[in-house]
Amino acid sequence: MSEDILANIAFDADGFMTDANAWTPEIAHALAAREGIELTERHWVVLNYARAEFKAKGEAPTLRNITKNTDVSTKELYALFPGGPGKLAAKIAGLKKPTGCI
Amino acid sequence: MKTLLILGAGTAGTMIAKKMSQKLDSQQWRIIVVDRNEQHYYQPGFLFLPFGSYKPQDVVQPKRRYIPNRVEFILSDIERIEPEANRVLLTENKRAISYDYLVIATGCDIRPEETEGLLDGGGWRNNIFDFYTYEGAVALSHFLEKWPGGRLVLNVAEMPIKCPVAPLEFLFLADEFFTRRGIRNKVELIYATPLSGAFTKPKSAALLGGLLEKKHIHLEPDFAISDVDSSANAIHSYDGRELPFDLLITIPVNGGAKVIGQSGMGNDLDFVPTDKFTLQSKKWPNIWVMGDAADIPASKAGAVVHFQLEVVVENILAHMAGRELHAKFDGHASCYIETGFNKALLIDFNYDTEPLPGHYPIPGIGPFSLLSESVINHWGKLGFRFMYWNLMMRGLPMPVPDKFSMAGKQA
Repeated sequence: MSEDILANIAFDADGFMTDANAWTPEIAHALAAREGIELTERHWVVLNYARAEFKAKGEAPTLRNITKNTDVSTKELYALFPGGPGKLAAKIAGLKKPTGCI
Repeated sequence: MKTLLILGAGTAGTMIAKKMSQKLDSQQWRIIVVDRNEQHYYQPGFLFLPFGSYKPQDVVQPKRRYIPNRVEFILSDIERIEPEANRVLLTENKRAISYDYLVIATGCDIRPEETEGLLDGGGWRNNIFDFYTYEGAVALSHFLEKWPGGRLVLNVAEMPIKCPVAPLEFLFLADEFFTRRGIRNKVELIYATPLSGAFTKPKSAALLGGLLEKKHIHLEPDFAISDVDSSANAIHSYDGRELPFDLLITIPVNGGAKVIGQSGMGNDLDFVPTDKFTLQSKKWPNIWVMGDAADIPASKAGAVVHFQLEVVVENILAHMAGRELHAKFDGHASCYIETGFNKALLIDFNYDTEPLPGHYPIPGIGPFSLLSESVINHWGKLGFRFMYWNLMMRGLPMPVPDKFSMAGKQA
């Protein structure tokens, strides 16, 4: 995957896409490559769920919400998206940065 | 006769009961408050219990003392809320109460059972303590009286939590406590948080991070706890880190009242989906949600409830009269942060504006200084307990403005 596909995409300061509608699965592959991740079927379970949730609620799902509504456990989430699964999954799914809870 | 039913008689439930009893005609409306606990706890005081600076009697009063005479107080657990039928079932005598308007003020509580090995691993209240409950804070005070020192790890399991600055305050006060006892050199303080820094908002995160460093408190960021291993006295994160401890102070997962989930009214953590401006339930127009029970992106704290009060009163009255809901909550929070050695910080912010430096509540004068340590702020925090019991809970005006203002703040 090349970076070319990302050339015309708008990102915020933290690298999150500003328009979720501009996202395509090809873009997801390119974004994942940036993070050093190669997408597998298990990644797609999370990404598809995150996009569906975002469409329904306008907000990327929390880790708890993902593990409750898919068969992906928290441990697996951290293995799939090392570091911060919530932020990383949202980023690759083309969603805006999840709002931190205060 | 119509019914306003209030679930919960903590900070929010008590204040709204008082306010609505002054607004609603007693010939037309009956007001009922349900709570499962006789005792009203001054929860900000839990922070001071472990260090012996508050005694148990400082933080507890009978709930009924603050419930107006015309309001019926029922001591009972809630079996189920049936929003479609406008009815609540109680466990006590299996009583059913039909309502015209409902205010949910059932708060939030810790759920240590959500983290593997925390509650059931053998360390709970031996060398693992919480201070978000009265029992936990008192048990910890007895433990600390005799603790010779060692590695103290404070862990926040997951956001959101009630009063997000309390973990930091605990560490600052612990630094002072061990210094005064002459054993600070025998104590390591470690703050393991799921956040990427000391706090959620950038300017205060930088400032608080600096304070941690100055006080030799080690920050372990992005730490998402997977389990507690009491056989080895260590906690693990999902990304494979291990932190050994001699004493673990835990802020467990926080959730809303379980009856919210059992009634099908909550999100994944049993907080009620609520309009963040009107504070009306997103699903049922005759239900309002106040304080910690709501899923809104505001701090879960008593001061926030105080700022919500007028909005809820105004909107319920407007709704009863068939008018539009004009009152909007702005997410205003105002928190004193104890930093130890008789000093404190004050932060004041809302949905849109992060905490900024300046003076409060009078621009340029104060007496309280925003985002910087002062002795006056510390006395403000201690004075708040008096204001809580004698002004807030009695429905008397507080000497601070309700609405967030940029005046006196340096953007």
